[in-house]
Amino acid sequence: MKRRGGLLAFPYAVWMILFTVVPMLLVVWFALTDEDGLPTVGNFIRLWDYGAVFGRSLGLAAVSTVICLLIGYPLAYVLSRETDAMRNTAMLLIMLPMWINILLRTYAWMSILENSGLLNQLLSFLRLPALHIINTPSAVALGMVYNYLPFMVLPVLTVITKIDDSVVEAAQDLGGSQATVFRRVILPLSLPGVLSGITMVFVPAVSTFIISKLLGGGKSMLLGDLIEMQFLGNTYNPYLGSAISLVMMVIVLISMALMNRFGEGEEEVMGL
Amino acid sequence: MKHSRVPGRVLQGFIAVFLYAPILVLIVFSFNATKSRVKFEGFTLDWYAKLFEDRQVLSALYLTLVLAVLSALAATVIGTVSAIGLHNMKRRPRKALLALNNIPVVNPDIITGVSLMLVFLLCVSFLRSLGLRAGLGFTTLLLAHVTFNIPYVILSVMPKLRQLSRNTYEAALDLGANPFQAYRRVILPEIMPGVVSGAIIAFTMSIDDFLISYFTTGTSVQTLPMVIYAMTRKRISPEINALSTLMFLTVLVLLIVINILQSRDQKEKERRFRAVS
Amino acid sequence: MPKELIRLVDCTMAFDGEIVLNAINLTIHDKEFLTLLGPSGCGKTTTLRLIGGFETPTSGGIFFDGARINDVPPHKRRVNTVFQKYALFPHLNVFENVAFGLRIAKIPDGGGKKSRLPEGEIEERVQGALELVGLKGYHRRRVHQLSGGQQQRVAIARAIVNRPQVLLLDEPLGALDLKLRKEMQHELKEIQRQVGITFVYVTHDQEEALTMSDTVVVMNHGNIQQIGTPVDIYNEPVNAFVADFIGESNIIQGVMHKDYSVSFAGRLFECVDSGFDPNQPVDVVVRPEDVRMTPPDGGQLRGTVNSVTFKGVFYEIFIDVGEIEWMVHSTSAPKIGDEVGLLLTPEDIHVMDRPDLFPEGAEALTLEDVDPEPEFEDGGGDGEDGEEA
Repeated sequence: MKRRGGLLAFPYAVWMILFTVVPMLLVVWFALTDEDGLPTVGNFIRLWDYGAVFGRSLGLAAVSTVICLLIGYPLAYVLSRETDAMRNTAMLLIMLPMWINILLRTYAWMSILENSGLLNQLLSFLRLPALHIINTPSAVALGMVYNYLPFMVLPVLTVITKIDDSVVEAAQDLGGSQATVFRRVILPLSLPGVLSGITMVFVPAVSTFIISKLLGGGKSMLLGDLIEMQFLGNTYNPYLGSAISLVMMVIVLISMALMNRFGEGEEEVMGL
Repeated sequence: MKHSRVPGRVLQGFIAVFLYAPILVLIVFSFNATKSRVKFEGFTLDWYAKLFEDRQVLSALYLTLVLAVLSALAATVIGTVSAIGLHNMKRRPRKALLALNNIPVVNPDIITGVSLMLVFLLCVSFLRSLGLRAGLGFTTLLLAHVTFNIPYVILSVMPKLRQLSRNTYEAALDLGANPFQAYRRVILPEIMPGVVSGAIIAFTMSIDDFLISYFTTGTSVQTLPMVIYAMTRKRISPEINALSTLMFLTVLVLLIVINILQSRDQKEKERRFRAVS
Repeated sequence: MPKELIRLVDCTMAFDGEIVLNAINLTIHDKEFLTLLGPSGCGKTTTLRLIGGFETPTSGGIFFDGARINDVPPHKRRVNTVFQKYALFPHLNVFENVAFGLRIAKIPDGGGKKSRLPEGEIEERVQGALELVGLKGYHRRRVHQLSGGQQQRVAIARAIVNRPQVLLLDEPLGALDLKLRKEMQHELKEIQRQVGITFVYVTHDQEEALTMSDTVVVMNHGNIQQIGTPVDIYNEPVNAFVADFIGESNIIQGVMHKDYSVSFAGRLFECVDSGFDPNQPVDVVVRPEDVRMTPPDGGQLRGTVNSVTFKGVFYEIFIDVGEIEWMVHSTSAPKIGDEVGLLLTPEDIHVMDRPDLFPEGAEALTLEDVDPEPEFEDGGGDGEDGEEA
């Protein structure tokens, strides 16, 4: 008799078909047709022309992900050893910038990184040579790290915090030094958090177009920019755009599948 | 702790500066007397005044709020009802539907945006072929927002349903409540925290969204993030700093309120736990 | 016996093809305290849920006062349930929990219409129920401010305030500590006497069942093994499973040679049982308190003391006799390694049919290899796994 309640989900099932399944199928359909609606693989062949963009997107996303991991993991580890109150405050502080629109967050960096901007003012005050960062791939990578670092810290922190103290104590009791305990116990146990952190940083980084537009000065075009151009830009071509989107979806799916192979269990890492 | 805390503190300090320096810069320069983004040349509130006279900003703000309220409301109702339905389903169809439900969450926003755009454009050209007036605009924006909001409501209600003892529902039936009464008088109050936090997430997601709106709206309808985007593209005015400052403060207040509510909820739970054990 | 109230006729229950109840027949009488007793997974909770209306039998009929109620939903049955983990409504206080059923109930007001109970009557009945369970003055408390025992009492008050004809209790004392459990056993019995309704009680605790019940129904593997008074069940178990489940037993495989003569443990014994086929394989059950220890040559069997454990009023002694280990309860303790004799009188030897239900033999009847339960004794939290029950 409990089963009948399942019907309540029926309208939403229809909704999902209309607004999730059909749109995805349309992307596939457009990717495989040309302007006259004829089937073609030409859109995918044309993607070779954009190899540099694919390379740059994947490269920048990968670099940013690694930097996020190198900064985020130690931070999470340090925070995990703080008191609950301190840790909760820190988590709140890390999340707070995420609640500000990404456009504004990225825009803020524009005035810092400009050639005559605040960073270079500070450097010249310290008698250091000026840096020319704005409108370079480095600025884009910096923007990615800034915007997506919380996505690395929070899942890792959640997982490390959940590690039972007695497990760590047991490892110490069995003669593990601080370094051994970290390497043999904490690191493997925190791996699921690391994996979900990697996906959570990599996926938005590989698909962004705001960061490259604002900080890359149009010189470092990414996949996101390319897609945007096909749908809303001067080179209106939804067929090519769909093909790029499809490839991006495949990249995302592969990276998530890779991560899921290592980590198991449900992820409820984002708090709230 | 045996080893030094200094390196940890240094790292925390460094990250704090990294995360908040840009925001601080934004806020400071919203009070700058000139248009310079790099030199502070005196204090003024002019930019705030300008902001409140900017009709484009105000109407975008209004639209954003209306959109957020409507889409959050619709998503909360649909999401809650669907979560209950999903909860009552057999494992297999439930798993399948939950997988579909996750698509908008894990898909890059840009793909959700362009795929919805394709559907909407197709519908528009179909309606036009029937001789009707149609175009991308508020309706498509609303549909898109409801679509990406429902999953968050479901994801925040489902755990609450799972926490419920199955017997709670049965106990209500046992005491004479019909299934509808049991849901209204027992299940709904129990899952309320999940429903409320789902609604809040949906609301903020909707306000914050730029990408999906960007692809699913028409030329005439602009949300606040779209106006911000336009502002960053042309000659920059410190108005945008003033706007950022206001939005930052709003978020800050909102987060503090949520945090207080949550910690109260947490304390309640702990008290319950202690009472039982 | 008073009149019959509930009857289950050939009730079979299968979940995804797995049979949980196997064509059981059971009659419950008015004002009876009936206990469904058995190991987890035996089908006792499923039986209770059938009566409560939370499950519909795959086949067979459930009759209440003579009327078939298979398809009557729970909220229309004159039966209330006390759930294992109380299932109190955490968002309501004690008073509102108890008043829940009354606020929903509609009573005919004579003119063909139905109306709600007046507030005054609700107040009066709730207070009465709280007084009955010893929670007078607790009505304003939040549920989570109560101890486990108090929550249990609220659950009972919440059920009986609706004046059901039958109260179903699903291991209601399982979550309480031993001392509280003993107290509540007496109180439950007292409450049943005062309200004068039928109690159907589910437990896996044989001692609880024997203490409280008028009738005990012993179940295993979806089958009813025996129905009887506590005294009958203890003294005259019908098979080795019941004997083993109720109290402690030595269960030995043997062969019935002829009437009043059974062989086991390598020799022939005189017994009081008859009516078996010649040379029929049987289970022989001997209660440990019925085995007497004698000097090595004074008994029918001779063995070596293997272990001695002090149990308070008696010693539990294990004695190896050939392949078989005998359990003996005695007030005197031999030393480990002592040679002793064991003496059995004919009245202490209970000979039982070996049920062909488990063709692989008597091993199947021990408690250790009972299937993990298909019932959800563990209600909350595990939405993924709890659903199939």
